[in-house]
Amino acid sequence: MPQKDMTVGKTRRHLLRGITDTNLLMSITIIVFILMYLYAIFGLGEGFLKAQTFFNMLNANAALIILACGMTLVMITGGIDISVGGMTALVSMSSAVFLDKHSGSVAGAMLISLGIGLAFGLIQGFLVAYLDIQPFIVTLAGMFFARGMTTIVNPDQFNVQNESFVKLKETRIIIPGMGWVNKRGVYIDAYIEIGVIVALIIVAALFLFLKWTKTGRNFYAVGGNKQSALMLGINVKRTTFLAYLMCGILGGIGGFVYFMHVGSGSPSHATGAEMNAIASSIIGGTMLTGGVGNIVGTLFGVLSLALIQNIVSSVGLDDAWWTGITNASMLCIFLIVQSIIIAQRKKANLSASKSVVTKGVKK
Amino acid sequence: MTARPKTAEKSSFLASIVRKQIFIPIAALLLLAIFNLIMDPSFFKITLGHNIEGNPVLSGNIISIIDYGSELAILAIGMTLVTAASRGQDISVGAAIAISGSVVLRILCGPNADAATLQAPIIVAFLASCIVAMAFGAFNGALVSIFRIQPMVATLILFTAGRSIAAWINHNKLPVVNDKTFAYFGGYIPGIPIPTPVFIAIACFIVIWIVLKFTTLGLYAQAVGINEKTSRLNGLNPAFIKFITYVILGLCVAVAAFIKVSRVSTINYSVVAKDIEMDAILAVALGGNSLSGGKFSISASILGAYVIQFLTTTLYKFNVQADALPAYKAVVVILLVILSAPIVREKLSAFFKSLRSPVKAESKS
Repeated sequence: MPQKDMTVGKTRRHLLRGITDTNLLMSITIIVFILMYLYAIFGLGEGFLKAQTFFNMLNANAALIILACGMTLVMITGGIDISVGGMTALVSMSSAVFLDKHSGSVAGAMLISLGIGLAFGLIQGFLVAYLDIQPFIVTLAGMFFARGMTTIVNPDQFNVQNESFVKLKETRIIIPGMGWVNKRGVYIDAYIEIGVIVALIIVAALFLFLKWTKTGRNFYAVGGNKQSALMLGINVKRTTFLAYLMCGILGGIGGFVYFMHVGSGSPSHATGAEMNAIASSIIGGTMLTGGVGNIVGTLFGVLSLALIQNIVSSVGLDDAWWTGITNASMLCIFLIVQSIIIAQRKKANLSASKSVVTKGVKK
Repeated sequence: MTARPKTAEKSSFLASIVRKQIFIPIAALLLLAIFNLIMDPSFFKITLGHNIEGNPVLSGNIISIIDYGSELAILAIGMTLVTAASRGQDISVGAAIAISGSVVLRILCGPNADAATLQAPIIVAFLASCIVAMAFGAFNGALVSIFRIQPMVATLILFTAGRSIAAWINHNKLPVVNDKTFAYFGGYIPGIPIPTPVFIAIACFIVIWIVLKFTTLGLYAQAVGINEKTSRLNGLNPAFIKFITYVILGLCVAVAAFIKVSRVSTINYSVVAKDIEMDAILAVALGGNSLSGGKFSISASILGAYVIQFLTTTLYKFNVQADALPAYKAVVVILLVILSAPIVREKLSAFFKSLRSPVKAESKS
């Protein structure tokens, strides 16, 4: 009997080893997402069957997808950036003020957004990568700075009236064949906003970047083990710097996409966006310890959060505080799952390196 | 040529002062005080007046700094311990204050928000809020110590959910306590012209001083923060020590929340103690403590907390909006962190050495 047990244990270990950490965590997320969607369709009625419900989730969360992509990049290198929410608020407020109070052009507003993102990325990246300061402290200061600056730029919320911007904001991209017939019998086309296209392009580009470029692979190497990466001849500091720089730029783009969606500037915009971005990345299988992560998983992480919010509100718990509590508990569960997986891996690796005389490769 | 050795001596004397940890907050305090003295000498005026009920009351900017700095100073105690042991900070203190403040109100006012009389003794409400805050501290501590999640990410959970939980405790209402004795804790006790929070803060300092003096908590926290593996090999239980520091921070949060609620007899869970986590971390950094754990000095942190309140009051005096304050404080944090970064320090000390080395060579010859 003990012999049989051992073989079972061995095959199981092999099975677990066959799937990498990323794929395991990502497949959990995708399966959970599909199960939740099925539950929503069968349990909560026809609304979830409409393609537009899904597209609306994308429309509302395009900015979050972009922010979460930046977060994933940083987290793969083993860091974190909690300034993205504040950055979004600052970008949308600055663009709004530029468009309305200085009657600027949309292109100018885009440049301002990119500039803000670039500035944050450069400064935070320099502080973290070259001065070796804890990323959390740097970006926490960045977050408070951005929030404070938003109030300094303009303390009140206001809607943007600029014509060319409103035109851009109202642009809808119609998806043929996915529409539905409403109660009056009129056919309504399904649509997505421009931001979604931007977000999907960014997701695709970053997926390719992380998978097939040398710099992209360096991100994983640096996050996995800084020492080994250094010995392999990777410029660790520059790679870390690049991650924060890209996160900053993506924060700028995400901020503008957010601004295109809401069409107003306010100091209270995007509160908790940093937390949602981190949660999405973690749910999508990015490990806090670095070295593990996948952009596609992040996309599903964002969609899972959006779906949970949809479900929570259609169940009838639409009080504002439920969103905070559900998001936080989701994050909590996935964090604990991660930590358990890490602990299991460590144990498996230890026992493997003990049983095989030649030392197993520690991951 | 004779002047040179003198400067070298001077710089080493200066260096010995600068190296003392408490130097940073004292220097910052002096800087702020001198700045205010130049801008407006009446800043330091203290007057003895009477409040609405005819009790003698001291008022002035200095008094208000010491008064309103109490909560921050109390939080700084717990935050210093957490930083020392777990090499990270708790960013959920503001949300936790909202929760435990809501608990106080919920117990004092009962289920219906506008009760005319107290539904329970104040001490019961305080103890209950202590238990709740310590439970949330234990939650954070468990995530950090047992599940080994980075402190700031682990506390991010409560940071987001906290104010929602606070709203849920009182069913989105804002209950008001109509009892005079309750207001004593955040205001003035009749006949004593010094605000009560000052006494509460002093009591907390004495308690933590006694705890650090007569227990090994401080030493163990430092040991765990400096090297977790070594401290385990020496027979400590790092997970338990980290856990305990979070529970202690929970207690500090409960006391701070009690003062905060008592000040206004009600709570607005969405704005109470907003951005206080930033101030608490800033207090620890300003106290010269390393934000990546290890050695700490509680008294320096406490002084740091009052310096921050000083800064806040000064900024208010220059008509800076409350929501814009974080921007200025963030700049201070970044400057402090840059100055204390090991790489910058090395560069600086190398720079000073290069200034001194020709002198040494000369004196030898």
